[in-house]
Amino acid sequence: MSLTRRDLLTGMAAPMLGRATGPLVIGFIYNGPKNDLGYNQSHAEGKSTLRNLPWVKAIDEASVPETVAAEESMRDMIFQDGASVVFATSFGHFDPFTIDVARENPSVQFFHCGGLYDEAKHPKNIGIYFGFIDEVEYLSGMLAGMATRTGRIGFVAAKPIPQVLRNINSFTLGARSVNPRVTTKVVFTGDWVLPVREAEASSSLVDQGFDVLTGHTGSPRVIVQTAERRGVFACGYQFDQSSLAPRGFLTGAQWAFGTVYQRVAQMVRAGMSVSNGTIPRRLTGTLKDEFCKLSPFGPSVTPQARQRVASAKAAILGGSLEIYRGPIRDNEGKMRIPAGKALQIVDVELDKMDWLVEGVDGRARG
Amino acid sequence: MDGATRQWETVVVPLGAFAAGMLVFGAFCATMGVNPLAVYASIWKAGFGSWYSWQNTLVRASPLLLCGLCTSLPARAGVIVIGNEGAVVVGGLGAIAAGLATLSFPPWICLTAMGLASMVCGGLWIAVSVALQHYRGVSAVISGLLLNYLAIALMNQLIEGPLRDPSSLNNPASYPLTADHRLAYFDGTHVHHGLLFGVAACLAAWFLLERTTFGFSMKISGGNVRAARLVGLPVGRIVVTAAFLGGACAGLAGMVEVAAVHGRANESLNAGYGYVGILVAFLSRQSPLAIVAVSLLVGGLLASGGMLQRAHDLPDAAITVLQGILFLFILLSDTLYGRLRFPGAKQDAITS
Repeated sequence: MSLTRRDLLTGMAAPMLGRATGPLVIGFIYNGPKNDLGYNQSHAEGKSTLRNLPWVKAIDEASVPETVAAEESMRDMIFQDGASVVFATSFGHFDPFTIDVARENPSVQFFHCGGLYDEAKHPKNIGIYFGFIDEVEYLSGMLAGMATRTGRIGFVAAKPIPQVLRNINSFTLGARSVNPRVTTKVVFTGDWVLPVREAEASSSLVDQGFDVLTGHTGSPRVIVQTAERRGVFACGYQFDQSSLAPRGFLTGAQWAFGTVYQRVAQMVRAGMSVSNGTIPRRLTGTLKDEFCKLSPFGPSVTPQARQRVASAKAAILGGSLEIYRGPIRDNEGKMRIPAGKALQIVDVELDKMDWLVEGVDGRARG
Repeated sequence: MDGATRQWETVVVPLGAFAAGMLVFGAFCATMGVNPLAVYASIWKAGFGSWYSWQNTLVRASPLLLCGLCTSLPARAGVIVIGNEGAVVVGGLGAIAAGLATLSFPPWICLTAMGLASMVCGGLWIAVSVALQHYRGVSAVISGLLLNYLAIALMNQLIEGPLRDPSSLNNPASYPLTADHRLAYFDGTHVHHGLLFGVAACLAAWFLLERTTFGFSMKISGGNVRAARLVGLPVGRIVVTAAFLGGACAGLAGMVEVAAVHGRANESLNAGYGYVGILVAFLSRQSPLAIVAVSLLVGGLLASGGMLQRAHDLPDAAITVLQGILFLFILLSDTLYGRLRFPGAKQDAITS
């Protein structure tokens, strides 16, 4: 049955994709609004950098839920706008939606942010891209460690999943690298976009004496705003939130997806494709590859602090500073990375992280 | 009022309200610097213009049919239910639990178990909130709304706890159903069989209301509860049963999401279909047959939301704005019934 469905749809697509003379049409779907000052805006910002390439026509749809609506949006982009490349930016857009539409449209190339690709089960025309932002979190954590007077940092996070735990741990490692007495308290809100609960958690952390706040939610907008209103420092995440806290903003770890989008567009224009392997199946990058970067420094960051972060950044880029270098214990005392061993930032072991580093007050399970 | 006028009214008033709503939305588009006529053309093209667009519309209408009934059936018995979202979520959870427990059986047994479990879960969820109102005086509107949050919390607890597939690292989800234990799609389309459940449920609801004594007593309870009591109807049982049936429909919508769309349960169960179902129920004036037409209409509008963004650069909220405007106009138009004069219709007369 799936064969007939595929045949019919590709049959429909063929005449539309035939006109190769027009611009290269690239479609983007985001899970939330384009102006969330968070994850979705970081992708929309990346898409907007394609304006520099006059032969690209980039189209997008915001607030595409992780339901059949995602499939329909991708199909519309292919059939109605003639898109030959589609970027699905939310984790939940992958299985089964991107997989199904990719299977129906073998001549269209799909790229998904962070999906778990399985060579045996999934169609060949899907590429995976994502960035490793731990090192940037580490640098951001250094500034937090230098700024805090109470030695207590609050971290408001959505869910205890590996991606989030990595950020909590790398941020804390950064903070403790400059001030070993610093502790990080984690509050899980339970979901990606819960502005009211994020504000309550932030406010209550300030009440308890935490004087630097950061977070990992869909957009830590509310966390940064609450910190500013309560007169404490804030580090951002996902997107540049410096405008929200003109006094207390330190810096933040933010994505730079434009790097990926421009590179893929160039490769597709050069006739390369992920189906035949000329575009790598996994396109990943770190600070060094400019997949992510530090947000602009706030006014309270001293020249000495800037200098210290700059030299740590240079050490990371040069390879002399590895942030996951043992000995690293978790917060229950168990040795996780023994002395003398270092995990590379791209190590798959880190993708399964289910522990919190020493110095974090919180539990990795719920 | 004579029959002809009443028939005119049921057509003219909703259509007039719809037209007025579209006009106001056109004005909204004009203020955003977009030509309203081009927007109407896009909505038509993306929602109804071709078989391809119709598939998109049908896919989106499918959960709305069932979610509309969740408000509509209890409303006919006189209770406002807005806890549809919670019923969808617990229905989906019941379905995945039953589905995973019966994976070793043939697909039809597994799917039947999923369907029944989802209907029982969704039905009880709504029945509890309505029973609280009927027997204890707790507003079903409030308890339904709060139960939505409980349902979502329960879902998070289950998919991040006992039901969690450890391989779903960054997107907590339950263990998956196997491919042959899922609901199929219509050949050559991307529309799944869940659509049949929706249409069948609407037809069954119509039959229940218009052709059975129980349906008749539901309408009496809804129309005048004191009269219903006076003639000795067991109002409590009728109201709670109507609520159970409505909730069962929403629960089934959750089962369709699990069995046809996702193949597992994850947080996308809480996708807002329940809330759109409330809109559908009110737009259709709680009539099961009208729910079919209204679901197609709203499904088409939702299907066109993407094109409004891509072709006209309208914000993603534009389609939500349109829904809100239509909702207001339909509610407003309710006040017009019985006040319109139609040419050729006789004046109201006091008759025995």
